[in-house]
Amino acid sequence: MIKVEWLYWLVGLVLVVMAVQMAADRTNPRRWTSAAFWGLLGLAFPYGTGVADATAHNGGWTLPAEPLGVAVLALIVLAGFNFLGKGEPVTSTAEEREAAATRLGSRIFVPALTIPLVALVCASLLDTSGLFEKGKATLLGLGIGCLVALLVGMLVTGERKLSVPLHSGRSMLEAMGSALLLPQLLAVLGSIFALAGVGTQVGRIVHDVLPDHSKYLAVMAYCVGMFLFTVIMGNAFAAFPVMTAAIGWPVLVQQMHGNEAAVLALGMLAGFSGTLCTPMAANYNIVPATLLELKDQYGPIKAQIPTALPLLACSTAIMALFAF
Amino acid sequence: MIVLLGVVVVILGFVTRRNPVLVIGAAGVFTGLIGGMNPLEVLAAFGRSFADSRSVTVFAVALPVIGLLERYGLREQARRLIGRLGALSAGRFLTVYLLIRQTTAALGLTGIAGPAQTVRPLVAPMAEAAAERSTGAALPDRLREKVRSYAASADTVGLFFGEDCFIAIGSILLITGFVNSTYHQDLEPTQLALWAIPLAACAFVIHGARLLLLDRQLQRETALAHAEHDLPLPKGTDK
Repeated sequence: MIKVEWLYWLVGLVLVVMAVQMAADRTNPRRWTSAAFWGLLGLAFPYGTGVADATAHNGGWTLPAEPLGVAVLALIVLAGFNFLGKGEPVTSTAEEREAAATRLGSRIFVPALTIPLVALVCASLLDTSGLFEKGKATLLGLGIGCLVALLVGMLVTGERKLSVPLHSGRSMLEAMGSALLLPQLLAVLGSIFALAGVGTQVGRIVHDVLPDHSKYLAVMAYCVGMFLFTVIMGNAFAAFPVMTAAIGWPVLVQQMHGNEAAVLALGMLAGFSGTLCTPMAANYNIVPATLLELKDQYGPIKAQIPTALPLLACSTAIMALFAF
Repeated sequence: MIVLLGVVVVILGFVTRRNPVLVIGAAGVFTGLIGGMNPLEVLAAFGRSFADSRSVTVFAVALPVIGLLERYGLREQARRLIGRLGALSAGRFLTVYLLIRQTTAALGLTGIAGPAQTVRPLVAPMAEAAAERSTGAALPDRLREKVRSYAASADTVGLFFGEDCFIAIGSILLITGFVNSTYHQDLEPTQLALWAIPLAACAFVIHGARLLLLDRQLQRETALAHAEHDLPLPKGTDK
C-alpha cells in the first residue's frame, strides 16, 4: 500500500536537494540563509511523520512536537525578517523559448495536463483498489501525477538531465519565497485559534445575536462574514479559520448538519468575492493597476465589484439551498 | 473574550502591511499564550499543527515539471493560442479569455497567465485594439482605462473561480488541512472541488455577461464622446 508519508518524504527530499543547490549558488546574495530556510522546511517533512496524529495510532515511531515547533518559529524568523534571497534564475533565453515553442507546438501542454489527469484517475478509479492509504488517494494522485508528468515532460522536450527541472523548480521556489509557506502557516494559525478557543468566542457572540435555529441567517452570517473579514484582511485564507471555527463548523455543520464539503468550499468562495473588492489584496487588485499604468488604481476593483456582489449572493444561495 | 485579541493582532498586522509570515507567527504565539497555554505547549501546538497540515505544501513537487515546461516555451505557446483570438470584439475577446483562464486554472495551470505574464503584454493591448477596430476610432483615455481594468478583472475572476475546481490548489488544501487537523475529519479535496463547479459556472455567466455588455457601453460612449467633440452639448447634460 502506498502511504501518504512517502509523498511527504519525497517533498522533503526535493526541498533538501534544492536547498543544497541554493547553498552552492554564488549569485544569491543570501544563499546560506536561503539554503537554511528551505533545508529546514525539507527536514520538517519527514520529522513530521513522527509528530502527525495519523501515524501515532499506527504504532509507528513517535517524536516530540516541541522541536518541530522551534523549527517552525525559525522558518518564520528567516522568512519574516527577509533572510530569503534569489539567485540568477537558471533558465533559457527568450529566443530559445520561442524556438522551443515553435518546435514543440501544443505538445508542450501534454505534460502539464498529465498532472490533473493522473490525480483524477487516482481519486476516482483507483481510490477503492486498496493501492493507496485510505482517504489519501487524491493527494497521492497529485504526487504520482507530478512524477509521471516529469517523465512525460522530459520525453516531450527531449531533456536528458534531471538537474534541469530541479534547477528550474528551484528558481520558482526562490521566486515564490515565503508565499509558498503562507497557506500552511495559516492552517497552523487556525489550529492554534481553535485550541485557544477563538472560534468558540466568535461563535458565542454570533449565537447571542442570531435567533435560534435560523438556517438562512446562519448561512448568511457565515458567507457575509467571510466576505467582510476578507475585505478587511485582504486574504480569504486568513479569514477562513476564524469564520469557520466561529460559525461554519459548530453551527452549520455540527448543529444544523450541513454537508461539510459544500459549506466549507462555498464559504471559501464567498471570501474570494471579498478579495475582488479590496485594495488590501494588493497583488490581485493594485499590482495589475500599476502594471497596466492606470491613473485610477481602483480601476480593476471597480470592474470587479458588480461581479463580486452577485457571486456572494450565489454562494450564499447555493449553500442555503443545497448544503442541508 | 480575551483570546479575541489574537484576531485583533491579525487584523492590525494585515492592515498595517507587516510581513504576513511575521503577523501569523506573532498572532499564533500571542493567542496561544493569552489562551492559557505555557510556552512549551505553544511550541508543541505549532509543531503538531504544522505536521498535520503538510498536505498544503505538497504542490511543491509540481514545481520542477512546471519549471521544465516554462523553460521549453509553455508561456510562449499559451500566448500564441491567445493570439489567434485577436479578431473578436473587445467584450467577446475578454469573454473567451475569461473562459480560457478559468478552464486552465481548473486544470491546475494557474501559473501560465496573470497580470504580468499575459494581461499587460497581450490581453490588454489586444482588447484595446479590438475596441478601436469595432468603434472605428481612437479610444478616449477614460474608456482606455476601462478596457484595461476589465482585462485585469477577466484574469482575476477567471483565476479565482477556476482554481478551486482543481484539487491541488492552496485554498482547497488549506480547507482540508485545517478541517482534518482541527476537527479530525477525513475530508477529500475532490469533494470540495466538486462544490466549486456551480459557482465557477455562475462566475462565468455573470462576468461574461458584463464583459459582453462592455461592447455596447463602448459603442455608446465613444459615439457620445465624438459627438461631444464635434458639437458640444449644453452644460449639465447627463452622460
